[in-house]
Amino acid sequence: MASGNRTPFKNPVVEWVDSRLPLFTLMNKEYGVFPTPKNFNYFWNFGAIAMFMLVTMIVTGIVLAMNYAAHTAHAFDSVERIMRDVNFGWLIRYIHMNGASFFFIAVYIHIFRGMYYGSYKQPRELLWMLGVLIFLLMMATAFMGYVLPWGQMSYWGATVITNLFSAFPVVGESIVQLLWGGFSVDNPTLNRFFALHYLLPFVIVGVVFLHVWALHVTGSNNPLGIDVKGPQDTLPFHPYYTMKDTFGLVVFIAIYALFIFFMPNQLGHPDNYTPANPLVTPPHIVPEWYFLPYYAMLRAITFDIGIPFTDIVFIPAKLGGVLTMFGSILLWFVLPWLDTHPVRSARFRPQFRIALWVLVAAFILLGVVGGKPPEGIWVILGQIGTLYYFAFFLVILPLLSRKEKALPLPPSIHEAVLQQKKSVGVQA
Amino acid sequence: MSSDSSSGDKPDQTKREFLYLTAGAMGAVATGAVVWPMVDTMNPAADTLAMATTEVDVSKLEPGHSVTVMWRGKPVFIKHRTAEEIAEAKAVNVADLRDKQTDEERVQKPEWLVVVGVCTHLGCVPLGQKETDAKGEFDGWFCPCHGSHYDSSARIRKGPAPKNLAVPPYKFTNDTTILIG
Amino acid sequence: MLRAILAIALLAGAPLAVQASESSHTSVIPDVQFSFEGPFGSYDKAALQRGYKIYRQVCSACHSMKRVAFRNLEALGYNEAEIKSIAAEYSVTDGPNDEGEMFERPARASDYFKSPYPNDNAAKYANNGALPPDLSLITKARFGGASYVYGILTGYEEAPDDFTLMTGQHYNKTMSGHVIAMAPPLSADMISYEDGTPQTVNQYAHDVATFLTWAAEPEMEQRKKMGVGVIIFLLAFAGIMYATKRKIWADKH
Repeated sequence: MASGNRTPFKNPVVEWVDSRLPLFTLMNKEYGVFPTPKNFNYFWNFGAIAMFMLVTMIVTGIVLAMNYAAHTAHAFDSVERIMRDVNFGWLIRYIHMNGASFFFIAVYIHIFRGMYYGSYKQPRELLWMLGVLIFLLMMATAFMGYVLPWGQMSYWGATVITNLFSAFPVVGESIVQLLWGGFSVDNPTLNRFFALHYLLPFVIVGVVFLHVWALHVTGSNNPLGIDVKGPQDTLPFHPYYTMKDTFGLVVFIAIYALFIFFMPNQLGHPDNYTPANPLVTPPHIVPEWYFLPYYAMLRAITFDIGIPFTDIVFIPAKLGGVLTMFGSILLWFVLPWLDTHPVRSARFRPQFRIALWVLVAAFILLGVVGGKPPEGIWVILGQIGTLYYFAFFLVILPLLSRKEKALPLPPSIHEAVLQQKKSVGVQA
Repeated sequence: MSSDSSSGDKPDQTKREFLYLTAGAMGAVATGAVVWPMVDTMNPAADTLAMATTEVDVSKLEPGHSVTVMWRGKPVFIKHRTAEEIAEAKAVNVADLRDKQTDEERVQKPEWLVVVGVCTHLGCVPLGQKETDAKGEFDGWFCPCHGSHYDSSARIRKGPAPKNLAVPPYKFTNDTTILIG
Repeated sequence: MLRAILAIALLAGAPLAVQASESSHTSVIPDVQFSFEGPFGSYDKAALQRGYKIYRQVCSACHSMKRVAFRNLEALGYNEAEIKSIAAEYSVTDGPNDEGEMFERPARASDYFKSPYPNDNAAKYANNGALPPDLSLITKARFGGASYVYGILTGYEEAPDDFTLMTGQHYNKTMSGHVIAMAPPLSADMISYEDGTPQTVNQYAHDVATFLTWAAEPEMEQRKKMGVGVIIFLLAFAGIMYATKRKIWADKH
């Protein structure tokens, strides 16, 4: 961020600003000529796409907030007024509503890419941890945003999730009362959720800034996971990646638009079109799809943990579920130290690659389980999925770090690209 | 990007320029198409527009008294004027007024004056609706914010306001019912 | 590269798979065709008007529809004068007047549909403790939407022999749990159609379901029309961006 050595700009206005505040120099350095590995695949689009979604959510959210009333008596009606009477209100609301889902899709793919290609490894540990923090903030924001329309699922989702904190011994009940501002989810709860739902996205912007800053210090990882060795391995960010990212973004937006215009409620739950009623619980409370895997992990712990064959219980089932759920994400913070294998990319780690794809399968399975009533086979499947999830991070990764023999790495990005070109040429 | 776009003999260059221009134009169109709906949400909504008329029954309003009703979120003054007030309003020399309007131009029936009760200076609500209110030097309304005086036809006579109190669109649906808007 | 794209598609498709597996339910929802389905679907105005007629004469005896205003009926093809005269058939409570009293006046276009009961408790009390739900959003608030509404209205059957119903309960194959408090509301020829449409329960149910879908999603026609334009634009834009990207990368790959 220091002004450092500056090349003067030709345009006098730009030069006037830049000589006083080197904004243009900074932009050019970080997004113009920034040396970027030349072998990115389309997985590397999703950082930019997530950034686009964040901006979309903030802009549409501000417009919605202008018409929303954070009061239990008016919240549902004000949302319906947005849908029916406000000019283009339905459009803005559907963009925002489906935007949450598509933000999570982009971020989940972004996280998967980080895991697959070992982007969390030295020297990018802090970059990764900032990313996990962003994800946690996103979850909090999305959860509170879902409460705002004050439908049945909003109300009961809020009730169930806030009650999680009651599992903690001694302080649990007090924490829950603090969260509610009363003795149940009610008007004070709705009001503070609105205030925080408005605030947190800007906190996310701040952490995203740090995330990008850290990225630009270490430079990007790449599908081969090997370090950049010189200028022959990189391309300037503009126009190569600006154009590639824009192409990927437009394709992503097209799919997103398909949902907004043709199946806007596909990813939501019908119960949220019934106003909240504290006297009637819906038969089947489910969170939004992006929380289902964690919800499944919460419900997987159906047993008390203690000394077998005695009545001594260390962790009751309820607390166990809560700890499992929170732990499943907190684990990500220490991922760089769980997986210490020197090779980053899964391309050269066949065993890690299989384990990771099984993790993806387990995660999707947990998502399916999270949407089912907690009975019969679903409980068992949820427990198997949870077990694998934790085993992957706590057992498989440390084990593979020591035992796995990686495939030979290419000498440089440049040579790998040349090699690939040659083999494609031979085939053609 | 490049300054030598004039060299048409480089088809590759021209194609690149064309693609850049098209992409840029489409990006601009997309941005515009997204910005407009966001801005338009701030315009009055359908339910707001639907509430744009107010009906008032004035059969019980005695001469010399007035009533304030809400219309589009603003106060509307309806005054049942006495014979003196009408005469006073008619006697004014229009040429001396800041906003030249005869009393006839401002009323449909001389005994009923209907005006928007918002001072044309900076939007305060003038006093004069209640018996006990200050009515200003011209026997009409007085705006306490910056001292504008309105006469019995609600025309500006003294003070900073530039215009007479506005007359809203209204009609008598019968002898004693006024539909504003 | 291709593998990366396939992997992305797989990951992105996961939420849909999760979602699809979730929407399981016990009720039998019939497969009915409606004019508003599909990306180019639009409302059949005649069906909307017939559906509204049934709502007025049958449903509105117990079910409120408080998010729909008379002015919205313009979308059904009524003009301003017709809407005014429809509204004027209802009287609504307004006030307080200058004496502090609430008073009744004929409804105006800006008023919302009148609810049959003053509040939920009164509605429950009048209906054996069962609350007739507000119908403004019913097709969005139930899995199956319009087909669900059609299914409920046509799904009354004799209860199987081993099925016990209490007084005031009816057997309905679409209702989740098959027990519904609402008595069969429709019967053939109970409402006369002036346009020669068959006066059957199925036709009535179809028209009401159409009307209720409109009530829940009045923006649908505008949304889909806009959507078609947006998608075509985005595909063209993506094409241009792809060409631009290829052009730029041509000398690097």
